[in-house]
Amino acid sequence: MTNRCIVRLQDLRKSYQMGPVTVEALRGLSLEVTEGDYVMIMGPSGCGKSTLLNLLGCLDRPTSGQYILGDDDVSQLDDDSLSAIRGTRLGFIFQSYNLIQQLSVVENIEVPLYYQGVPESYSRMLATQIAERVGLKDRLDHKPFELSGGQQQRVAIARALVNDPLIIFADEPTGNLDSSSGNDILAVFDELHQQGKTLIMVTHSDEVSERAKRVIRLRDGQLEHDHKRH
Amino acid sequence: MGVTRLWRTIRLGLKSLWLHRLRSLLTVLGIVFGVCSVIAMLAIGEGASYEAQEQIRSLGSNNIIIRSVKPPDEKKTSSTTTYMVEYGLTYADISRIRATIPNVTVMVPGRVIRTDVWNAKQRVDCEIVGTVPWYPIINNHRVERGRFISELEMQAVSNVCVLGHDMARQLFPIDEPMGKTVRVGSDYYKVIGVMELKSHRAVAGTSNGNGGGDKGSGQTPQASPADSSPATDRMFIPLTAARRRFGEILIKSSSGSRAAERVELHEATVKVDSPEHVVESSLIISELLKRNHKKKDYELVVPLELLRQAERTKRIFSVVLGAIAAISLIVGGIGIMNIMLASVTERTREIGIRRALGAKRRDIVLQFLIETVLLSGVGGVIGVGLGLAIPFFITYFAEMKTIVTFWSPLIAFSISGLVGVIFGIYPALRAADMDPVEALRHE
Ligand SMILES: Nc1ncnc2c1ncn2[C@@H]1O[C@H](COP(=O)(O)OP(=O)(O)O)[C@@H](O)[C@H]1O
Ligand SMILES: [Mg+2]
Repeated sequence: MTNRCIVRLQDLRKSYQMGPVTVEALRGLSLEVTEGDYVMIMGPSGCGKSTLLNLLGCLDRPTSGQYILGDDDVSQLDDDSLSAIRGTRLGFIFQSYNLIQQLSVVENIEVPLYYQGVPESYSRMLATQIAERVGLKDRLDHKPFELSGGQQQRVAIARALVNDPLIIFADEPTGNLDSSSGNDILAVFDELHQQGKTLIMVTHSDEVSERAKRVIRLRDGQLEHDHKRH
Repeated sequence: MGVTRLWRTIRLGLKSLWLHRLRSLLTVLGIVFGVCSVIAMLAIGEGASYEAQEQIRSLGSNNIIIRSVKPPDEKKTSSTTTYMVEYGLTYADISRIRATIPNVTVMVPGRVIRTDVWNAKQRVDCEIVGTVPWYPIINNHRVERGRFISELEMQAVSNVCVLGHDMARQLFPIDEPMGKTVRVGSDYYKVIGVMELKSHRAVAGTSNGNGGGDKGSGQTPQASPADSSPATDRMFIPLTAARRRFGEILIKSSSGSRAAERVELHEATVKVDSPEHVVESSLIISELLKRNHKKKDYELVVPLELLRQAERTKRIFSVVLGAIAAISLIVGGIGIMNIMLASVTERTREIGIRRALGAKRRDIVLQFLIETVLLSGVGGVIGVGLGLAIPFFITYFAEMKTIVTFWSPLIAFSISGLVGVIFGIYPALRAADMDPVEALRHE
């Protein structure tokens, strides 16, 4: 396995201005993630896990510090460039699935390709293939509200995979699921990890975090503990 | 941004509008009314100016037409006695006008007699017009075959005639009329020409031949285009012949009483040298006639005035309908903007998702803008559909001529699209301005 470093954070800071109060969500975080890593981010509520994931996912810009993604410094890119990076190199999975309600399963999976200008016939084919891979073969034309939570999260996973991203981010992906469908979803993540995908997941469950080789603990916006197994 | 991509965005927009079809329909009502008004406005305007131009064309913009009108207050003294009604334009009036106004170049005194014309057993009820050789020039009514009355025939009081287009066909269904004779009463007239076809309602003065005080002639022509009864066809004979054969007295018998009417001239056309002098000349003529006639037994038709009148009507309608259109479109546009703002808020989550999955700001702008334009466009289509029916009702109930040109639906539709763009920009920018993280957290 190559050990290429694809994420490098250096003294990353993020603060929010709430009227007169400045909330420092992240206070000088440095971190490296290599290709193929399976990283769990843990920590008490409000410690900055989501903030970190949003920054890693290029949904937001850090107040200061440096973020190297692949070979590019993305810390201060403009909005359009960040959109392009999200669309081509990153995948997202959310706790509340975040599917578009009026679109069918296959259309939801196609959305990232749509914004890359991939022709409809090709994107439809790709989306169908990936849906089959996550076990949604006979649900392609269903609307999200016709699916169970576990199935919806599978659609979200398929959508995150469709553009063949460099890294997949998941913010408590099993938080809304019962333990059985949660385990099914985690099994899909394990499989992805075995296929060599880089996964970064936020969770507050120790049971979930045991599946990963690496667990990062945050406290008050700072790295408390970075534990690598083996 | 390719065409296929745009098409996909349009389909997406249609889908989302269809999802809330009732809401969309209600939202769009303002635009519907606005577009209807635009089409109605254009149709009325177009109709009015067509009417006016038609009149001008047939009456001549340099002309002033004077007609004899039977005074309405003429009372019968007894139901059985014979009485005489004397009214109308006189030769003396014509001389006075010629003497007073220097810029009058041609003047055609005309006599109109309504009677039957025969060819063997074929009969046509028509108006015989006693006129002068230059009638075709100043009335812009050309001879189709043969020629018009000559100066010589005028002086010689010849029994020659030029037939109207339709009556020629009716009197001579198979033969060539030229050189044949027609009979009027006991007189025979040789046919020397046939006039070209002309819309009859455009020809001034139809029913004042036998004292037509009953039908207020000279009113604004009506919209009904099918007014081509053969009775309004005209046969032209030399004015001199008309005076000699028909005299100046018309006897009419009705229900036991005999009424006689004496009318020297039924109609005259004053041709002024330029349109600028028409109004002032008409004022002078009016003044001259007023001074010499005790009763108002004449009427003045100034084609140029008709045009002005039509234009005034058109302007009033344009202002009223334009205001209605503008208000409807603005109100409609605000309604659409309001709904789109609500929709943007409602779909904050969706916007966040799309942004997270790679949508750029302009993708979001385009999505919502297209949705708004589609919404107003649907209003435009409905409005055009209804709007095309409105002119029909206006013509039917208000008896106003309306013309729907092929570009008026296009204009109306484009305006609806433009309203969509104008009122869609703000909601679309609001949508695109959202922070992706905030939008994703939105409940
Ligand atoms: N948009 C925001 N505005 C103000 N404060 C925020 C915002 N987002 C997060 N925070 C604050 O930053 C801190 C970290 O938040 P977050 O990353 O969501 O924590 P976690 O996901 O670990 O529970 C919290 O104190 C939170 O209140
Ligand atoms: Mg969180």
